[in-house]
Amino acid sequence: MSKRRSLTEAQCVSLAQKLLRERLCHQKLPDRPLALDSQYKHLLELLRRTAVHGESNSVLIVGPRGSGKTMLLGCVLRELMSLKEAQKNVLLVELNGLLQTDDKIALKEITRQLHLENVVGDKVFGSFAENLAFLLEALKKGDKSSSRPVVFVLDEFDLFAHHKNQTLLYNLLDVSQSAQTPVAVLGLTCRLDVLELLEKRVKSRFSHRQIHLFSSLSFAQYVDAVRAQLSLPPDFPDPKFSDAWNHSVTKLCEEKSVEEILRRHFNSSKDFRSLHSLLFLSVSRVSVSHSTLHEADLLEASRLISADSKAIILHGLSILELCLIIAMKHLNDTYDGEPFNFQMVHNEFKKFIQRKSHSIHKFEKPVVMKAFEHLLQLELVRPVDSGVCKVQREYQLMRLMLEHGQVMEALQRYPQCPTDVKQWALSAFA
Amino acid sequence: MSHQKSFQYADLLSVLERVVDIMSAPDQYSYPSVFIYGHRATGKSHVVLSIMKDLELPHASVDCVECVSSGLLFHQVLSAFFGPDAAALLPRCPSLSDFVRLYKQMSSNSPATQTRYIILDRAERMRDMDFSLLPALLRLQELVNDNVTVILLSEIVWEKFRPNTGCFEPLLFHFPDYSKGKSLVQILSWDHHPSYTPELYASYINILLGVFFSVCRDLRELRHLAVLNFSKFCEPLEKGEAKESDIHKLWKNIEPHLQRAMQTVYLREVSSVQWEQQQMDEKEATTLRVLSAHAHIELPYYSKFLLIAAYLASFNPARTDRRFFLKSHGKIRKTNFLKKHEKTSNHLLGPKPFPLDRLMAIFYSVVDSRVAPTASVFSQISSLVTLQLLSQVGHDDQLDSPKYKCSVSLDFILAISRCVCVCVRLLDLLALSLVIQSQVVRQERSLFTAVSNLHLL
Repeated sequence: MSKRRSLTEAQCVSLAQKLLRERLCHQKLPDRPLALDSQYKHLLELLRRTAVHGESNSVLIVGPRGSGKTMLLGCVLRELMSLKEAQKNVLLVELNGLLQTDDKIALKEITRQLHLENVVGDKVFGSFAENLAFLLEALKKGDKSSSRPVVFVLDEFDLFAHHKNQTLLYNLLDVSQSAQTPVAVLGLTCRLDVLELLEKRVKSRFSHRQIHLFSSLSFAQYVDAVRAQLSLPPDFPDPKFSDAWNHSVTKLCEEKSVEEILRRHFNSSKDFRSLHSLLFLSVSRVSVSHSTLHEADLLEASRLISADSKAIILHGLSILELCLIIAMKHLNDTYDGEPFNFQMVHNEFKKFIQRKSHSIHKFEKPVVMKAFEHLLQLELVRPVDSGVCKVQREYQLMRLMLEHGQVMEALQRYPQCPTDVKQWALSAFA
Repeated sequence: MSHQKSFQYADLLSVLERVVDIMSAPDQYSYPSVFIYGHRATGKSHVVLSIMKDLELPHASVDCVECVSSGLLFHQVLSAFFGPDAAALLPRCPSLSDFVRLYKQMSSNSPATQTRYIILDRAERMRDMDFSLLPALLRLQELVNDNVTVILLSEIVWEKFRPNTGCFEPLLFHFPDYSKGKSLVQILSWDHHPSYTPELYASYINILLGVFFSVCRDLRELRHLAVLNFSKFCEPLEKGEAKESDIHKLWKNIEPHLQRAMQTVYLREVSSVQWEQQQMDEKEATTLRVLSAHAHIELPYYSKFLLIAAYLASFNPARTDRRFFLKSHGKIRKTNFLKKHEKTSNHLLGPKPFPLDRLMAIFYSVVDSRVAPTASVFSQISSLVTLQLLSQVGHDDQLDSPKYKCSVSLDFILAISRCVCVCVRLLDLLALSLVIQSQVVRQERSLFTAVSNLHLL
């Protein structure tokens, strides 16, 4: 009988953190993707047909950011590689639109991932198509007469559509249609209108097969998913600790305040990535002294995530800069959002100083200009036609990048704001 | 600022706690990207780098201003993590694909035992580099399959960074700014001169903040101003005119000096060396030679009139020319049109272009002696354009009727017209154009009363 030494509390906590962090940050693949059964089966069937039966296919997986496209693909590929025939034969080429920004770079990457650098050597090819045909031909010589099936995964598929002439896409889809080699082309993209980006000749070679990943979770399923994400797996070395932990997580999910927080998040975005950032911030507070999750952690994490960064930045401005922002807000209110220039803002400010202000004394125009330029640097004010500087600086038209509500909220929180400035901001007419 | 003292301020502490929590388990994975934002000189780079050094975490710190091309960034990161030999393997103009491939290769040889951190300072510059650099770096952990976290530090909020089709959203943290009472005075008092008491320096800082705090909160600027002006503050003490407890006297001595500093050193019109020299030989009360041209530009006689004529041409609409410049005009009628459209006042919208003929017409009516239209007069117009007091509008190849715009402000024109021995009628014209067309501001009123006083003389 093997003696199982129970781990210390610190080790348990550390191990729990490790597991949770891998799940939340490193996007470790779950055993089965949640609520994506039909898409999973569809994709698996397609890939099986390519791998085992030698049928060429092309499919696009479309879904908003964070909806689980890469996760779905990862799970499917994992299951595919567990099949014996696939393991021996299938070659995987993974391209990413962010990295392979050019067709030449993409071709080099394909050569590298197929391990055909030596075969290609120093050959010079006339066109992309020739190069690709050579590569696929080279795969044939390896074994028998039939070539090995190749699965091309194109991440950020819409970025490939911006390459010159879309040669890579055209050639890959051409190969998938002309049945020389069994090839599966899988594209992952976040753009719903990706087909509009493709040229006519490319679009006609595409099989128009799309798998959509729109999250269809209800709120109850969402809370269940939260519980599942936070629970420790059954094969945790210390069952007592994991039971206690899972119990506390279940109780946490039933509390009203936590439910409110989760509902707020659910209403703004259903995808798992934003959920993971919320959970990660709460889980990172767990340590030896604080060994279970409390609702205060979740509350704090939620507040951090939903903070308005522009209103926070306004908190650190000087009084002069704040007055300039209020002057711009008044100009926006009076003239319905038409662009203004520095002279107009300075004029508003001068009117305020002369009529209403007691605490702020007059500043010279260059000092006010320097404050205005600080606001420009913070990008709270932007020129209308960015870059064209044929006009003098004082007369260049600008827009305020803040909303009425944000300015008023920032004023409430501003430390030691003089009352006449507040009154000026609240008055309807300057 | 390399002070070893710790901050005791609640806001900053709570942010620091969160940041350290994230980095606290170096052998485990951390969130792929973190974005820290806050105003200038709030200590973002300093604090993050100090944490890295104290916890002895492997990190690569890159300032994006130095990275003119993305290859420089890749080079710095690879040499910080894997040594200069790895960086030498990068090809000539490395693409992001080369960087990721090389990183994967190196990290499979030496996998990360602790989380590696890439710190990108002034990350707002990355938006101007390759469009795919920012989204790729935000998900670098996934792309290279290694335990690496990217920390972005910036002054600008995250909403301005997000690419069009979205990207991996980092965790956002805000570094709070300093409050006047507790933190700022304390930090600035760290620079106190050893030969004076800290209380004296603290009262000096309070006086300085009283003048400058409503204008500027940047710690670096305030420190610079504090260091420059302290010797002037201590002058009465050294001369024996006041004791350390005579705060009022010291305040009366330094306050006008600080006001002058706001108009010169703060605006960088004068260099700090010039400022210090001026403090030393302060008896003559010399006027400082400021950078901007206003005080000391010397123009020939007719150029001054040309410039005044150009100003009048730019800021008065053409239909009012007859009223102002012809001797036989009727009464001056204030039109309702001008009153209603206050915003479209020329003084707010900027100078309008005018053709050369109109400039010459106004010039002849403004100048007091008879001037022949010689080449020397016309060449002065071109020199005014070279000096950027006038600017040419339209194409260079339009030789027939070139158009110009006046690019100087009213203060400059008033200064010029004062030093030219100008007749009353000129001031009259300026005053009239201002009163009819501009907002009612005290400056114009006073000018009008000054003009009417001159009439009475």
